[in-house]
Amino acid sequence: MSYLHSIGQYFLMIKEIFRKPTKWSVMRRLVFKDIDDLIINSIGIVSFIAFFVGGVVTIQTALNMTNPLIPKTLVGFATRQSVILEFAPTFISIIMAGKVGSFITSSIGTMRVTEQIDALEVMGINAINYLVFPKFIALMLYPFLISIAMFLGILGGMAACVFGGFASLDDYIAGIQMDFIPFHMLYAFIKTFVFAFLLATIPSYHGFYMTGGALEVGKASTTSFVWTSVAIILLNYILTQMMLS
Amino acid sequence: MIEVNDIHKSFGGSEILKGISTTFEKGKTNLVIGQSGSGKTVFLKTLLGLFTPEKGSISYDGRKYSDLSSDEKSELRAEMGMVFQGSALFDSMTIAENVKFPLRMFTKQSKSEMEDRVNFVLKRVNLDDAHNKLPSEASGGMQKRVAIARAIVNKPKYLFCDEPNSGLDPRTATVIDNLIQEITQEYDITTIINTHDMNSVMEIGEKIVFLKDGLKEWEGSNKNIFKTDNEAVTGFVYSSDLFKRVQKMYLEEDL
Ligand SMILES: Nc1ncnc2c1ncn2[C@@H]1O[C@H](COP(=O)(O)OP(=O)(O)OP(=O)(O)O)[C@@H](O)[C@H]1O
Ligand SMILES: [Mg+2]
Repeated sequence: MSYLHSIGQYFLMIKEIFRKPTKWSVMRRLVFKDIDDLIINSIGIVSFIAFFVGGVVTIQTALNMTNPLIPKTLVGFATRQSVILEFAPTFISIIMAGKVGSFITSSIGTMRVTEQIDALEVMGINAINYLVFPKFIALMLYPFLISIAMFLGILGGMAACVFGGFASLDDYIAGIQMDFIPFHMLYAFIKTFVFAFLLATIPSYHGFYMTGGALEVGKASTTSFVWTSVAIILLNYILTQMMLS
Repeated sequence: MIEVNDIHKSFGGSEILKGISTTFEKGKTNLVIGQSGSGKTVFLKTLLGLFTPEKGSISYDGRKYSDLSSDEKSELRAEMGMVFQGSALFDSMTIAENVKFPLRMFTKQSKSEMEDRVNFVLKRVNLDDAHNKLPSEASGGMQKRVAIARAIVNKPKYLFCDEPNSGLDPRTATVIDNLIQEITQEYDITTIINTHDMNSVMEIGEKIVFLKDGLKEWEGSNKNIFKTDNEAVTGFVYSSDLFKRVQKMYLEEDL
């Protein structure tokens, strides 16, 4: 019952994001700040993880292909497929649910417990629009982050492949170009946009509607991480079923 | 002037405000007092329009809130200033930006007009040299003064203060009280202050409403609060011995 209430409240919040917009001169600054906090500040960690996990994916694939009849190009091919289809869009999004998600929940939650949200509402400002809309816009740049992850994942795979001596550079490059299906890119980016929307809204919801004090802000961040990940995993399953099979 | 008529407010089945009626006049510091949990904050937030009462009505200089269109409600909101219990300054903005915020939201003033107004109100609350500090770098007393500056920057007709001097030393608390009273008289604002501080009651209690368990138990002024024999009020006022002696002095003065 209370889950149903929360889900209803979540969808009402989404409607509210687009109602009674804040003055653009004020909103512009908020958008730039959120692009900085949510996107720019994540480039480092995303690059690091993508590069090394891409390498690991390659090593694992190569080590499992001991049969000499399997062409060496398959290492590059398998790395490309797993990085583009799952690793970059989904795995990175789960990590972002931790990084960006808990940042959003705790910053909005702190504003709730210190009455800053009340202060906005007293001034007649639509606090949901004021706080969530800029995050929504900033996360529309999220595919940019995922593109970096895709590129560096494949690059990391290449480095691991060549330095580990699993296949030659030419084989790897031939592999990543093999049987390329453009629709897979579309699939990956549609997922990315959906996850971006979840990353902007679910943590905001948990911050905005929390009650209590500083301790509860911490709890809300944890809950928000759990629910954002669950939503990402579920929608990943549904979208994959709908688009690829 | 704000007229409150029989307002009721509940949360999840428990009634917090159980029918309060009173009036608050312009140019006067009106105090709402009562123990912790008596419903002062809920009452104030209802007057601000943050909570909608289930029953009863509130009129602001004759404008009945429930009859206003949403545009008129927004206009009314722009005439209100609020000082929150914990100051509620925006912690990502500097002190000057906090004070400027209502101007940026509600007016079409030019940059320099806004700057002038911000400088003026910050000077008015005796904060000349803190413009570029962040709220986290300011002391509690400074934060309260910034909150007052932010509340009055857009020349409100109604000023609401939730325990403006809680957590401050007695001297700073008195400074804040007097500041609010001066501003109220100077700009002829309808001011309502929540407090459980007896010093404030003595200093600026031109009109006092005493709340108990969501009901108005008593109302009067600091002149006659020492004469009442309402038990709830005397229990509150004389919780410290000091005020028994103050009462004696008061009554003797009167004779
Ligand atoms: N948003 C809310 N939802 C549910 N209950 C609330 C809410 N706000 C306040 N209450 C309840 O209303 C009652 C009165 O609270 P209120 O904050 O008005 O007290 P107060 O007189 O301001 O106390 P204090 O002096 O400690 O600030 C409390 O029992 C509180 O739990
Ligand atoms: Mg209170």
